[in-house]
Amino acid sequence: MSDFPSTTRLLVSQTRYQLVTFWRIPVAVFFTLGLPLLMLVLFNALFGDGTFSTPQGEISAQQFYTGGLAAFTAVSATFTNLANMVPIRRDEGVLKRWRGTPLPTWIYIAGFILSAVIIAFIGVVLMLTLGVTVYDLSIDPEKMPAAFMTFAVGVGSFAALGMALAALVKTASSASAAANAIILPLAFVSNVFIQVDDAPQWIQTLGNIFPLKPFVEAFQDTFTPFVEPPAFDWAAMAFVAAWGLLGLVVALTRFSWEPSGSAPRGRRSRRSAASATTD
Amino acid sequence: MPVVDVSDLHKRYGDVEAVDGLSFHIDAGEVYALLGENGAGKSTAVEILEGYRTPTSGAVEVLGVDPASAGRDFRDRIGVVLQSSGVETEFTVREVIELYGGCYRNPRPLDEVISLVGLDEKVDARVGSLSGGQRRRIDLALGIVGRPELLFLDEPTTGFDPSARRRSWDLIEALGADGTTVLLTTHYLDEAEHLADRVGVLSKGRLIAEGSPEELINQASGTVVSFMLPDTVPADEAAATFGELLGVGIRQSGRLVEASIDTPTAAVHRITGWAVANGVELESLSVSRASLEDVYLALTEVHDDPPAVESAS
Repeated sequence: MSDFPSTTRLLVSQTRYQLVTFWRIPVAVFFTLGLPLLMLVLFNALFGDGTFSTPQGEISAQQFYTGGLAAFTAVSATFTNLANMVPIRRDEGVLKRWRGTPLPTWIYIAGFILSAVIIAFIGVVLMLTLGVTVYDLSIDPEKMPAAFMTFAVGVGSFAALGMALAALVKTASSASAAANAIILPLAFVSNVFIQVDDAPQWIQTLGNIFPLKPFVEAFQDTFTPFVEPPAFDWAAMAFVAAWGLLGLVVALTRFSWEPSGSAPRGRRSRRSAASATTD
Repeated sequence: MPVVDVSDLHKRYGDVEAVDGLSFHIDAGEVYALLGENGAGKSTAVEILEGYRTPTSGAVEVLGVDPASAGRDFRDRIGVVLQSSGVETEFTVREVIELYGGCYRNPRPLDEVISLVGLDEKVDARVGSLSGGQRRRIDLALGIVGRPELLFLDEPTTGFDPSARRRSWDLIEALGADGTTVLLTTHYLDEAEHLADRVGVLSKGRLIAEGSPEELINQASGTVVSFMLPDTVPADEAAATFGELLGVGIRQSGRLVEASIDTPTAAVHRITGWAVANGVELESLSVSRASLEDVYLALTEVHDDPPAVESAS
């Protein structure tokens, strides 16, 4: 009897399948890639002439927005995207169907995550290209290893957190709402839309508790002129990774492959089941 | 060794015993139908055999392994058509069949799958654009794409129009003839009668009868006498009047009166004598061999609580 297809081949096929799905859902493409680019253009049109002062030095608004929104794109391609799509597939019964096939379940999930990471990468590259060509973003080759590493830790952790949210919420409609209710307010206190170093203490504290701000700042730093190479922010990366690990534990322990309510409930009595057929 | 071997299976949800002491087996190459009303435990039992649920107690062996802990090899040898599960609507029929087929050891070629389920004309259509019946055929296609030794079909033709249903029957018959073992659940009795080598009747989580359709029909009273309730007899007196004449309990649904009878000749003589004596014409009077449906109704009647008063028109 022939062997199963190799793990590599299955991984490639699953990742490709998730990417094709993504490109065929216009609303997903718009919110994940289009909207952050649009925000970059708008913020720069509105505030692009200014500068922000940070404890370390002055940064032009253009550079601030490009780095911050690039990091935000990476988060929306992983965290928001997975927290949206995985529960949709679960509600549709697609996850349950896959579980009945010989495809190892981890490969299905890995395909989902790899595709999200690729989308994040495309989004970040688009954003940085626009930054370099239009918004005076300077790229220092010596800081690129740090940019890449920060990106890798960030997308890994936010993908895990997206899977954790997908595991915790029951239905697709509530998952979408929950993901946005988490990420949008957080973006306001995390140096994505506004520089918060001068904001009230509670806002700064709020930003510091969650992993978005450390990730955004660490990534911004790799494009900030006054931060010296190699610009690895190990503390921030460790903090983000710790959140990622927490997400991983929640995802692994709470994940369900079946639509909610598919199993018979205890409260459904035999009487009602019997009367349904005599009708 | 049987392909499916279940003994004293129990599955409890809260205080409901969804499966309550189920035992049966399926031999290689058999088409076995589990019949039962909604809530009888069919899907729960089948999902335990597929490995989706773990039993509360009891022994289950499918293809020689315990499905609850079985791995990839097991899932390569089974095909699963669930009662309701989605397919990626963004993909074409060709794409989903290739995608799912691509994770089996020895998948059927696309063209073969497509023509088996009759989706030739829709092969490049997006799944999202197909009708409910056509999507159900994709379910079938994905169930057979891996050349399963054992195919689970959970109500495979619900929602089909009559011609699509016939076509699926032909497919299931062809698979059965090919040596594929099939476990079918259905509440269409003609489907079970047509397809199954053996039938198990499930009620409240346990088997109340088992055998070939032929055996079940022969075991039960073999002849059904039916006619329309005459206007001169009120609906609530029908049971008394005709029960006494026929010597057995009757079933009423709407104006239709039915009874399963061992000795139809005498019974028909009595009832036609009564009709002639009373100057009543028994509309649509017929005497026919019992179908599986009659057997099923007789079986579930015995095992059910008396049904609530049904309104007759």
